[in-house]
Amino acid sequence: MNPSKPNSLTFQELILRLQAFWAERGCVLQQPYDVEVGAGTMVPETFLRVLGPKPYKVAYVQPSRRPADGRYGENPNRLFKHMQLQVILKPPPENVQELYLESLAAIGIDLRQHDIKFEEDNWEAPTLSAWGVGWQVMLDGLEITQFTYFQQCGGIDLFPISAELTYGLERIGAFLQDVDSIYDIVWANDRSIDGKTTGREVKYGDVRLADELQFSVYNFEAADVEKTWEHFRLYEAECTALMQTYREMYMPNEDQRLLKAESRLDRPELPKLPPKDRFPLLAAYDLCLKCSHLFNILDARGAISVTERVGVIARVRALAVGIARAWVDQQKSESAAAEKSDEPEPAREKKEQKRQEKLSPATI
Amino acid sequence: MPDFLLEIGCEEIPARMIDAASQELRERVGALLNRERLAASEIAHFDTPRRLAVLASGIPATQPDVTERMNGPSASVAYKDGQPTPAAHAFARKAGVDVSQLEKITTPKGEYLAASMTRKGRSAAEILAENLPKEISSIYWPKNMYWRKPNERFVRPVRWLVAMLDGETIPLEFGGIQAGNASRGHRILSHGNVTIPRAGSAYVDALRAAKVLGRNEREHQIRKALDAATRTIPGARWREDKSLLDTVVNLTEFPSVILGGFDPQFLVLPEEVLVTVMRDHQKYFALEDSSGKLMPHFLAVLNTDGDPQGLIRHGNERVLRARFNDARFFWETDQKRSLLERLDLLKHVTFQKDLGSYYEKTQRVQRLCSWLSEVIKQSGMPVRPGVIHKAACLAKTDLTTELVKEFTELQGIVGGLYARAQELDPTLPQATRLAIADTIYDHYKPESAEDDVPRSIEGAVLSIGDKADTIAGMFSLGLVPSGSKDPFALRRQANGIVKVIAEKKLPLRLMDLMRDARAGYKGSEAENKFVEDEKFNDAVRVFFHERLEFYLKDVCGYAYDVVKAVLAAGADDVGDALARAEAVKQVMHMPEFRAIGAACKRMRNILRQAAEKGIDPAAKFEYLPEAAAEEKNLMAYMESTSARVEEFRNKKEYLEALLLLSGAREPVDVFFDKVMVMVEDEKIRANRLALLRTLLKEFSTIADFSEIVTEGKA
Repeated sequence: MNPSKPNSLTFQELILRLQAFWAERGCVLQQPYDVEVGAGTMVPETFLRVLGPKPYKVAYVQPSRRPADGRYGENPNRLFKHMQLQVILKPPPENVQELYLESLAAIGIDLRQHDIKFEEDNWEAPTLSAWGVGWQVMLDGLEITQFTYFQQCGGIDLFPISAELTYGLERIGAFLQDVDSIYDIVWANDRSIDGKTTGREVKYGDVRLADELQFSVYNFEAADVEKTWEHFRLYEAECTALMQTYREMYMPNEDQRLLKAESRLDRPELPKLPPKDRFPLLAAYDLCLKCSHLFNILDARGAISVTERVGVIARVRALAVGIARAWVDQQKSESAAAEKSDEPEPAREKKEQKRQEKLSPATI
Repeated sequence: MPDFLLEIGCEEIPARMIDAASQELRERVGALLNRERLAASEIAHFDTPRRLAVLASGIPATQPDVTERMNGPSASVAYKDGQPTPAAHAFARKAGVDVSQLEKITTPKGEYLAASMTRKGRSAAEILAENLPKEISSIYWPKNMYWRKPNERFVRPVRWLVAMLDGETIPLEFGGIQAGNASRGHRILSHGNVTIPRAGSAYVDALRAAKVLGRNEREHQIRKALDAATRTIPGARWREDKSLLDTVVNLTEFPSVILGGFDPQFLVLPEEVLVTVMRDHQKYFALEDSSGKLMPHFLAVLNTDGDPQGLIRHGNERVLRARFNDARFFWETDQKRSLLERLDLLKHVTFQKDLGSYYEKTQRVQRLCSWLSEVIKQSGMPVRPGVIHKAACLAKTDLTTELVKEFTELQGIVGGLYARAQELDPTLPQATRLAIADTIYDHYKPESAEDDVPRSIEGAVLSIGDKADTIAGMFSLGLVPSGSKDPFALRRQANGIVKVIAEKKLPLRLMDLMRDARAGYKGSEAENKFVEDEKFNDAVRVFFHERLEFYLKDVCGYAYDVVKAVLAAGADDVGDALARAEAVKQVMHMPEFRAIGAACKRMRNILRQAAEKGIDPAAKFEYLPEAAAEEKNLMAYMESTSARVEEFRNKKEYLEALLLLSGAREPVDVFFDKVMVMVEDEKIRANRLALLRTLLKEFSTIADFSEIVTEGKA
């Protein structure tokens, strides 16, 4: 096979360039989310931020775990955990496609020398009750990016909509370096302090092969099915209970039938009902993500029959949809509160100060 | 007479939607111009993935003025003592004329005031700017989106608009975009903005200079390039593929073609797999040698003007190599478990949530197929029940293979290939094993009206059994397709059943088939959710009537009225309906049958009216002494021919039967000319009604001739 091209970007340079590109265009550079997700879309920076009216621009790398896609590190094109670079532009600027093409130039792709096509590909995530329309972006026959205009998320019609660009980093890396196996992608070049390269390359395989292998074993063979189910149930119960509390307290007009009867039993004992803006919806969402990931493990483990599958997906979706609605509700009252602050300046300042104190960590 | 140009500049429109939308836009603009008295001398459309355009030449710059007359109050109210009253003034104001210009007109109701108003024609620019937004937003898209306002929808965001009358732009606005004269060229090959100097051919020229070609030019350029690239490989030809060509034409604005290659080692993989990867996943054309064998090359259509450094070829080859490697990996992994060993895995694959697993489906289809084989065998057709039984057992097992999980469109085909490769049961003779493999391979066929039916009778039986089981299960649950909603593609499956029965000339009746398919669910859990037999039968009958009608009309090309006439006389036996349709088609142009058609209508009306009045025909017609000569004549004709007609009919020699019946025209015509049916005498009347009823029945067993359209009747 072809040796890697001498002048192409390393994997980490590819990430750095894309991040720099989007940072220069006004994106918040977020760091990868620290709960297991199957795709960058599930990260709160996308799932929750696209809801509601507030404009937002963000870019982040997200390692995405798909247990069933693991191949014990044997397949050169498939991974249990791959990395996405996710960009959310809310609302999308008019020149969003041109911006995207510029980002390719920024990673050294001279479009004059290549063939680029936007081919219809509509995206749908049943577990998130989310969908959008868009394209798969094809570069010389390779799908390098998923480009989506979100229309709905958590069952809620979006306004404004967001554009989501999801770069498949391993694919782009392998393309740039012209290698046939993901594991041969040069991740980093070890340079000495004076800037001269030592010539020692660290490859993707050096960095990641072990977890591909071990997690394939875990996901397909070793995961304890009973315990994993138990984890799932525990996370689900806690999430449901939190959401039920939120709804009963703050959204009494919502249809309560959405909630399962049994979850009423183990309601968390919140010491004191927090003010609405402090209600831990974000924590509830983490619990929901946990459920989603555990479901994926059970699925890879072959522990979910096809009949059950639909039902379990529906359970996770119920959590996600419930949180999305509550989130919109919570955000609405926050922005309403912000608008209402027609109080005299000093009073508002004081309030603001108090708020700051509440949010900043206690000093030791 | 200026030329008009409208271009909607858009982000990439899905290839599958462009052709229809482009035509619709042209039709809409044409209809708008006609409606507004701005008809064009010629109207054309132009489209690429990034634009839909309409070019209308020679439209009036302004609408012609129109004179309209408006009627007002009566003269007695409008004038008092010769002076106009307030009523007259009000009317004049309303009409926009001076009181002195009002006229008087005389109507049957008396004298009234009237005013002639000339409505000034409005400018074309004004009319178009006002009406086009509605037309643009009304274009049908299978899936659309919003990007600016929730109620403003289009297939993808609109990014620019060009609207011009000759060299002048029109103040059109859509989706927050103000129309101008700035279009855009090819994304990569042009500098972006293109100024359109004026409407008309200058538009197409300006775009061509910016490396954007119209549909026909692109298709031509692709074909030429495919040919040229293919010529570099001796003895090769590219596989013609209309739908792939349409797709790549609509994925490019300025196409070119590269020839790529792959490792010949991959040719050990089944051609079906290789072609699916190339065509469906990569949109490549395959190359074959003169014997039709696949060659280790492919042709990719690019949206750019070439690949001088070979980078694009290299990239495409890399992708294809990875895909083929995957396919080979799946193929090898799948061989670790035979199809037979996979049967049990089907217990975990849901067929439909209420209808159980594919394992249960397999058992039902096996039973249904053995019943179907019995029926077919009884009619003397050679069918091997053993082959069907085994094939039905393994038909769905490929759903558990990695290859089908990756390439779902290869279901059935993969099963057939594996069955062939795995040598199933060594005790079976080789020929039987191959027959089983072919039966599995073919059992999803036909997948469309154009697709072939299975090659063997066994394949045909399995194809029918599998589809009938699905339709019976879904209809029993009340999941009947309606409108555009047919999530399980039941229409396509029923079309498949009809086509297979017709083309394989199978002696199967649709209602029997469906009843037996439904019986397969007896004792299952699903049965609790089933609708009653009667409801099921009614729904299935209507459904298959439509499918048979579709087959006769759209697939076989029989005229609408012929199909209706034939199906009115029975729609259960596909082969019989086909034979009758062919016979009716042959005779329907004969003046005799046009006359008979009219007579049938008449007989039907008379009988219906009699029934409405509570008048019954006699049990059987007979020679009454008081019968008219023409009546006796018709009876004699009936008696002399009906036995022979019956004989032909029994032998399904419908043309002969009809030709014999054509002799009825004369006695029937004379009868209606001379004889009155609904006479006072009850006995005579009842006898004549009985005669008509017998006659009508005689004609209607082959086709209901009263359905034949008798325009320009002889």
